[in-house]
Parts: sequence; structure tokens; C-alpha cells
Amino acid sequence: MQLTNRAKQVDRKPMTWLESIYLWNILKGMGITFSHLFKKRPTISYPEQKRSFSKVFRGLHVLNRDEEGRERCTACGLCAVACPAEAITMEAAERLPSEENLYREEKYAAKYEINMLRCIFCGLCEEACPKDAIYLSQTFAPSNYSRKGFIYKKEDLLIPNPVTEPEAYQKALGDKAGKN
Amino acid sequence: MAEEKKLFKVTIDNITIEVEPGTTVLNAARKIGGDVTPPAMCYYSKLQGSGGKCRTCLVEVAAGSAADPRPMPKLVASCRTNVMDGMVVKNITSDKVTDARNGVVEFLLINHPLDCPICDQAGECHLQDLGYEHGKEGTRYEFKRRTFEKEDIGPYIQLHMTRCILCYRCTYVADQLTDKRVHGILDRGDHAEISTYISKAIDNDFSGNMIDVCPVGALTDKTFRFKNRVWFTKPVDAHRNCDKCCGKVTLWQRGDEVLRVTARKDEWGEVQNYDGKPGWICNDCRFHKKKSSDWVIEGLTNINRHSVIGQGKYPGLVIPKETIAEVMHGRDPKLLMDIHDISDVNDPSVDLSLIEGPATSKTFEKNEQ
Repeated sequence: MQLTNRAKQVDRKPMTWLESIYLWNILKGMGITFSHLFKKRPTISYPEQKRSFSKVFRGLHVLNRDEEGRERCTACGLCAVACPAEAITMEAAERLPSEENLYREEKYAAKYEINMLRCIFCGLCEEACPKDAIYLSQTFAPSNYSRKGFIYKKEDLLIPNPVTEPEAYQKALGDKAGKN
Repeated sequence: MAEEKKLFKVTIDNITIEVEPGTTVLNAARKIGGDVTPPAMCYYSKLQGSGGKCRTCLVEVAAGSAADPRPMPKLVASCRTNVMDGMVVKNITSDKVTDARNGVVEFLLINHPLDCPICDQAGECHLQDLGYEHGKEGTRYEFKRRTFEKEDIGPYIQLHMTRCILCYRCTYVADQLTDKRVHGILDRGDHAEISTYISKAIDNDFSGNMIDVCPVGALTDKTFRFKNRVWFTKPVDAHRNCDKCCGKVTLWQRGDEVLRVTARKDEWGEVQNYDGKPGWICNDCRFHKKKSSDWVIEGLTNINRHSVIGQGKYPGLVIPKETIAEVMHGRDPKLLMDIHDISDVNDPSVDLSLIEGPATSKTFEKNEQ
């Protein structure tokens, strides 16, 4: 039965002497290879050169601070409950009267961890967050030799303080600066 | 038998049911169950005299009774209206009711803060459910909201008066369950406020039940404060022999830690009945028995699958047996990663359930040294 009319009859004739030394076929293949020397290179030299990301790229998570440099996260657990990969865990604590310049609300996340091995960068945590505290930045998680390096803790995730380190803060904001 | 007792026929949302005279419309609707039942924020069937305050249970009475089939001119509070024979009630089938209920919810939310991310009641809050069903996305209220300082009612109960919707349930608990009532409502109208008289501590054995009856997060358990979100804890039914109360409770666990103890709730969010009596639990069971060894565990509490509390809980879950020891012939694997080596969360050396109040930065500092 024939499904298409593109089938070709296999040529089973014995090769001639010229064909059996394969010289012509090798030259033909080399011709294709060398012709690429004169074409535009599709690769870039990462990490010196970097490609720009799309505006909606979802990369490594950042825990946001407010204008005064206080942490926005209140450990409400909505990101963790929204996370389809169950990558986020946290532990809440009550803010002490002396810590009012550190945390925005009376409850805060004392521990906040994202397991980047589990994370699928879907951005549902960003969507679920009622406090605008977590967003996905335009960098990705760097590679690491051990699994331990992929448990991101609060100190890895927190954005630099806009009051004490405004430049680092602006850099961390990246393209999202004008977003909100 | 009830032959001599005349039963009243009442039709709620086109469903007819026969109930005893003296039943309220709300209770008749609860007998039918499902969507027909009006929501209730202040009515609590186990507390005498409760109801009639929040107006969320408003229903339309299309025909007063068989003898007098005229409709009632205004919407009535179903928790306070007794059924009559031949009464026709409209709840979800009436646009007037839905409209009025939306209005009531908007009023309830006028002074209610939007601090659900912080509030410990979130996930099992009746106002949250109500707002989800009937609430508006935005608020039309432009004025300053009524705020109060948070207050300690006794050593175990935290009062967030800002969140209170003045349902009076807790004062009925104080009245009917405890022998000496030491808290009530001060002032009137917009200034009305739940308070203990001159911050008198409530040290009665059953005072903790006001946490369970509170429909919002105004009264919360201080021993559970900020420990975990409700939906991340695992509810299990458990009991113990208690000489003060029935001892039948729900434990809210994380692993083996008992983070919170509450009374068992029925489908209406009320305390379950045992032998015809409400299963209130005493403060000893609620606040001091925070070890799983104190309890006989009966099994996972049945959670409605539409509830957020049911997330991540798998009834009938079979945990596969640990194979490493068997495969390795007793030797320790060389490359096994223990999550506690890296992760700080759920640190085994910090037992949150045994801390009196909420965790603070000090709780975790000690651990790091």
C-alpha cells in the first residue's frame, strides 16, 4: 500500500569504481562545512555576551522591599499554596517593636526558602502574592555543582535595600523598574 | 411518636420540608442543607439567644403561612423567624435576597481590615467565605476605618478588635459556658467594642471556646499565633480523657508537632454535638496539651474538598516503605542529602508547638548559636 507518492525506489545497482572511493561525496560534505565559515555565526560567547530576555521572562525570584527598605513579605503562604511544584517553604515570626524598620507588617517571614530544583518558573507565586513581595526577575538560577546550592534562602532572594544600596537596588529591579 | 405533634410544611427555594413548630427558617434550611442554607455570621445554634445581629441570613418570605398567604413586606432574618405552616421562603432564588446580602457583606467589610495575609483565621474564616461569594472587588468606603490596638484577653487569647464584626457570639460563650462573665461589649454603635472589664484576664476553664465561635479572626489562639497557616497544618481527630470536657478535639499538626487544638466543627462551622451536648473543650486541652503523646489520634479529619485546608492532604495515602536500608544492607548511603542540613525551615531543634506565643527573631537566633 502506498500512502504518499514520494516514495523512491532504492537503487541497488553495484557502485562503480569512482563511486566506491567516496571522494566525490567527501568533497561535497566538506563543501557544505566550509561554506559555513563565511556565514553569520548563530552562537554568542556567553557569558561575555548575553542575549536580551523577553519582557515577560520569568527567572530567579526576588523578594521585594518597600521604599523604606522594609521587607514586604508577611509569610501569608499564598505563594506556597499556589506553587504547583511545592518549591516554597516559609516560617513566620512576629515583628518585635524594635524591628519596625525591617519589616513592613506585624508578621514577617523569618525563614523563606525556594527549592530551585523543584521550581518550574511558572510565576504563580508572583500572581498569588497579595503584598507585591515576590516577583520573578530576568536572570536565571546559576548552575551549581551540588544540590545544596539550589536551596535559595532569604538572604539569596532579598532585593538590596533601596535606602542603603540604591544602585544595587536599581540594578536588581532591572527592566521591571517601570512596571509597577 | 410524633403523631399528635403537628408538623409544619415549609417550602424553601421550592424544596418542601416538614419541621416541628418553633423551628427557625434557618434551621429548617439547614435540614435541607446545601446551597439553600442562608449563611450565618452571628447565629450559633449551640448558644442560646445568638442571632439577629449580622443580617447575612436575610430571606424573602413569599407567603407567610397557609392561613395568611400574604408575603412579608420586608426581608426577614431567617435565624430569628419561626416557620409557619405553608410558609414559602425564597433564599437563593430571590434576587432581592442576593442583593441585600451583597449589601450586608459590604457593610460588614466597611471597617474590616484587609489583613488576611497576617490573620490566623484566614482559610477558615466565615467572613472570607462570605466575601468571596457576595463581596465586591473594591470598596466604596473612603473614610478612615475604625481601628483599635490589639489586646490580650487573658494569657492565651488575642483580641484584634479591628477585625471584629460584633456578632456577640463570644459574649454568649462567656455568659453561658463560663460561670463568671468577665468580658462583654462596651459602648454603642460604631464605637462598640468587645473588651474585658478593665483588662481583666479571663481565666475560666472554657473561655478558649470563644476562639472557636468567633467567625472572623478577632479572637485568635495566642499559642498558635503566626505559627503556621491553617492550610499547611494537618487536621486530625483525636481524643483524650479529660475530667472537665468531652476531650474530643481536632489537632492541627505539622509533622508530629501539635500546633493548635480546636473543638471539632460540623458542616456549619459550629462545634459538634456529642450525646446531644455541644462538644466544647476546656482550656487545658486547648492550650496545654501540645504534644501528640497527650492524645489518642483517630485519623485525618474529613475536610470538604473545596476548602483550601484540604490542599496537600491525601486521605488513603500509602507511604511507600523506606528501601535504602534494605538495598544497602544496613550501610549508610554516601550521598543522601538530609534536607535539614541545608534548609532552615522546619528545623527539628525548634519545636514551634512548645513556644508559648508567636515565634520572634529571638526564637530562631538561639538556634543559630
